[in-house]
Amino acid sequence: MTNPEHAVEAQGLVKHFKTTKAVDGVDLVVPTGSVLGLLGPNGAGKTTTVRMLATLLRPDAGSARVLGHDVVHEADAVRSIVGLTGQFASVDEDLTGAENLRLIARLYGFSGAQARARTDELLTAFELADAANRQVKTYSGGMHRRLDLAASMVISPRVLFLDEPTTGLDPRSRGQVWEIVRLLVADGTTVLLTTQYLDEADQLAHRICVIDHGKVIAEGTPAQLKSSVGTGALSLRVEDPADRSAAAEVVARVLGTPVELSGDVSALAARVPDDADAAQRAAALLPELHAAGVRVAEFSLGQPSLDEVFLALTGQRAEEPADPEEEVA
Amino acid sequence: MSQHHPVTDAVSASKEVNPLVQALSLEARPQRPGPVATSLAFAWRALLKIKHVPEQLFDVTLTPIIFTLMFTYLFGGALAGSTSGYLQYLLPGILVQTVLITTVYTGFTLNTDITKGVFDRFRSLPIWRPAPVAGALLGDTVRYVIASVVTISLGLVLGFRPAGGVVGVLAGVGLLVVFAFALSWAFTILGLVMRTPNAVMGTSMMVLMPLTFASNIFVDPSTMPSWLQTWVNLNPVSHLVTAVRGTMAGTITSSQVMWVLIAAAALTAVFAPITMAIYRRRS
Repeated sequence: MTNPEHAVEAQGLVKHFKTTKAVDGVDLVVPTGSVLGLLGPNGAGKTTTVRMLATLLRPDAGSARVLGHDVVHEADAVRSIVGLTGQFASVDEDLTGAENLRLIARLYGFSGAQARARTDELLTAFELADAANRQVKTYSGGMHRRLDLAASMVISPRVLFLDEPTTGLDPRSRGQVWEIVRLLVADGTTVLLTTQYLDEADQLAHRICVIDHGKVIAEGTPAQLKSSVGTGALSLRVEDPADRSAAAEVVARVLGTPVELSGDVSALAARVPDDADAAQRAAALLPELHAAGVRVAEFSLGQPSLDEVFLALTGQRAEEPADPEEEVA
Repeated sequence: MSQHHPVTDAVSASKEVNPLVQALSLEARPQRPGPVATSLAFAWRALLKIKHVPEQLFDVTLTPIIFTLMFTYLFGGALAGSTSGYLQYLLPGILVQTVLITTVYTGFTLNTDITKGVFDRFRSLPIWRPAPVAGALLGDTVRYVIASVVTISLGLVLGFRPAGGVVGVLAGVGLLVVFAFALSWAFTILGLVMRTPNAVMGTSMMVLMPLTFASNIFVDPSTMPSWLQTWVNLNPVSHLVTAVRGTMAGTITSSQVMWVLIAAAALTAVFAPITMAIYRRRS
């Protein structure tokens, strides 16, 4: 059951909250030194899964091991090797950034002077030295998240759980968090990260588990997942709504995929298939459309969104959570 | 805001190494601290919170001032013949009321930690499990002492002259703090099971109001109807007030002291294990 090459292993994890099955038989494996992305909408069971792996919740059924230690029976051993950052494991907003880190350093057993030194080192590394003596409630979202990350790295954890590390961040802060995660991974840390964004999982994860209604519904490398959906989505608007059907014909012929006509009378969308020359063919669309006499107002190619992955995997749109309270309970 | 720390400067001086990489590759793992050190770290946090959010002391300071002034000057003459005579009776009672109401904050703070996610950060650390609660309770005793100092100082200004002297007053405060520490275990239970900090506050007050008002804090129960006297004499708060009055007046008996200590031990013996069981059950 225990494979030394697996930093995290979970079999059949189940967790109920009253009548809701938040997690309904999740199996997952994170090879040592790699990044697993747990991808899913709000309320899919991602946070509950991570909370069980981090020993904060006891599974109703199933089992999990982190570096060989059982999360229920050897919880203390697990706690001493994992770091945790997320919506549910926060820092004290009344205290300053420096005080938060010093507190955690003291709790790990650093002496007063060592705790101060470690705090200063972390604040500098996470570019928070200038804000060291300000209460955390005055921090921006990005600073707050960097402090959260610093707090989970007071001792260098061998396994790091990141629960939606960039939700609510601006693009620049998001990039900073990604950079930190990459450095950690380069340093040998194993990371399990949950996210609602396919591009985040794509950027950071070696493998992705798509989770919905408490179950893993797909698993694979980012490339495998995306190819199940198509590499991208084409969206097109024509200047004259009368040209839309002509444009649809061209798109269907060139890309060879079905065209979706939306409510907007001048817009259409199509999935770009994932084969070698798909990008060339998508690029060839513009001259073809021009040749067909269609005047194009907007033309864009994008990555499939999580919504599209969901649509492709489940045949239905990702749902909004029934009750956000259940996810964090 | 930019300060110079030897470590920070050393780190930024060595430009070849990314400070982040350096900070992340810490090999040292210090010895795990014991229960006492861990609890003291949490007590330190409670003190920092008082420093950063001094507003939380408003209740602690204003309540006893308002109650003491109101009762002494409005009712003192009617109740005891003179305001200064009444103050000698009232002040130890007000002190008890103030500190007991302060215990509610224990549950409130704990619940705030849970709802904000700070609690889960602590629970994810490899530390002695009761430490976050035990440390918070220790930190709260500082609040009890502040409340006591405010109340007694005001009393002394108004003419409170305890016959037990400094020793008697300190002993009275000591008894009270021990009892309050024990009682706050009851409120940690509310803090763990209720959904919002305000619900904890409301429920705790509903428990404390009848305990403090239907007691011997404000008046001698001998004028009360017999059914109420029965309750007042059963009410643990009355026993506590009698003991604190006794120590401050220098008339304390050992059975009164024993009563408080046994009650405190019993409260802790009952509520601390329940608190810890619920705390563990949350996982």
